[in-house]
Amino acid sequence: MSASGDLIEGDPPYIDPVRAAALHRRSLRSSVVATVSTVVFLIAVGFATVNAPGWASVRYWFFNGSAFRASVGSVASAFLLNVKIFLVAEVFILVLSLVVALIRVSTAPVLMPLRFVATVFTDVFRGTPTLLVVYLLGFGMPALQIKGLPNDPVIWGTIALVLSYTAYVAEVFRAGIRSIHPSQRAAARSLGLNVSQTMRFVVLPQAVRRIAPPLLNDFVSLQKDTALVSVLGPIEALRAAEIYSASKFNYTAIVVAALLFIAVTIPLARFTDWLSDRQERRDRGTAR
Amino acid sequence: MTALLHVNGVHKAFGTNPVLRGLEVSLEPHEVVALIGSSGSGKSTLLRCVNGLESIDAGRIMLGDVEVSALDADLDVVRRRVGIVFQAYNLFPHMSVLANVTLAPIRVLRHSRKQAEGASLELLARLGLAEKARQYPDQLSGGQQQRVAIARALAMQPELLLLDEVTSALDPELVGEVLDVIRDLKAGGMTILMATHEMAFAREVADRVCFLDRGRVLESGPPGEIFENPAEPRTREFLDRFLSG
Repeated sequence: MSASGDLIEGDPPYIDPVRAAALHRRSLRSSVVATVSTVVFLIAVGFATVNAPGWASVRYWFFNGSAFRASVGSVASAFLLNVKIFLVAEVFILVLSLVVALIRVSTAPVLMPLRFVATVFTDVFRGTPTLLVVYLLGFGMPALQIKGLPNDPVIWGTIALVLSYTAYVAEVFRAGIRSIHPSQRAAARSLGLNVSQTMRFVVLPQAVRRIAPPLLNDFVSLQKDTALVSVLGPIEALRAAEIYSASKFNYTAIVVAALLFIAVTIPLARFTDWLSDRQERRDRGTAR
Repeated sequence: MTALLHVNGVHKAFGTNPVLRGLEVSLEPHEVVALIGSSGSGKSTLLRCVNGLESIDAGRIMLGDVEVSALDADLDVVRRRVGIVFQAYNLFPHMSVLANVTLAPIRVLRHSRKQAEGASLELLARLGLAEKARQYPDQLSGGQQQRVAIARALAMQPELLLLDEVTSALDPELVGEVLDVIRDLKAGGMTILMATHEMAFAREVADRVCFLDRGRVLESGPPGEIFENPAEPRTREFLDRFLSG
């Protein structure tokens, strides 16, 4: 093989055939090992489950075909309420958490009271279990009997989720904003951009790109926490499943609800993975 | 003739560490002044003070008849008149080359997008970057990135350009293309204050060279004089160390 000769633009890269064959064998072997080990693992788990002494009754109580068919309709239509709560809450969380984060990173002396409020807000709502916030707002607010305040537990449950998640997501935003190197700010300011233009055009766009994966992760978590609203009484998926279970003495409906939650979180989870992978490739500078 | 920039008795400390100690320097319009001196002598700090990225502790910095260092100075206005190019380029990685260059004209000068893009494309062409306009900073070489940073500063049509060791982060083979751009700027009459370690280049393009030592201008004069026949022993020592090393 010759290492000399004129370099031609667009020459294919040269790989030693012996090395190429070895690399190919190695990757083939990796695939085979991965497949075999997965199959063996699944068979082992399946075997252990099916041969457990109580499997017959577990199958009857949790994986009952006729109960599945009977409950899937009511649980699935109740699940629409979860989807609605999620979609509404998500919009409010994004907007409010950005506002809280911007207040917390601001430096203007006149905003000091707001900074104080924002800090207390995040401390309190991040520290309180979401379930307690749902209870407190869902039962407490209507009990105040203030005219004009809604009584609908769905609304209060959604507000509780918004408050709780806003505190989390605001911290994600804040971390993203703080992760942008000060030299970027210096460059923007040196061009005459003011503080808010610098934030809007230079810092935030970079911060948002960086925090997209953790942000989506919080939203995956929010999707399933919509079930917490069930403690206030509205018939969403978990509640519907409980009602079915209680009336028919069979827990299959709860498995149905679980499957529905998994089904909607998987696309978001895969999207998050895809986004992080793309971020990583981009950070290595091999893709745009 | 009235000075474009006048730095008068400026002091600046970071914590307990004094960096500028009564520094004096001034620039006439169209003058190119090179700041030389060892690391920590205050070159970069001076440049950052001139466009208000750092506040000063004492003294005065005048840009024409506007006092940059006034406690109530509108720094956004000052910065429109003074461009700065950083050692590490500091391009905006999420924006195309063209967007980097047009950002300030559109947002600060309120030029229309069309007008800003036309002017920026012309500017990029002048700097040999015409075909890079739609690319992103991480797709460019260091020399190209630094030329984009220069274009970005020039797009604001500054009266004064500050260059902070703009070739120090570049591979040796890429230094030349950036120096060419600076040569062209001088030929075009731009007023430039530059901190540099490129002695040969300082000697070639600077009208005046200032040797900074421990936060003061120890010696200043035409490049021939400073490089051939420095009056101060410390200047000689620095040059010997620098030129031999």
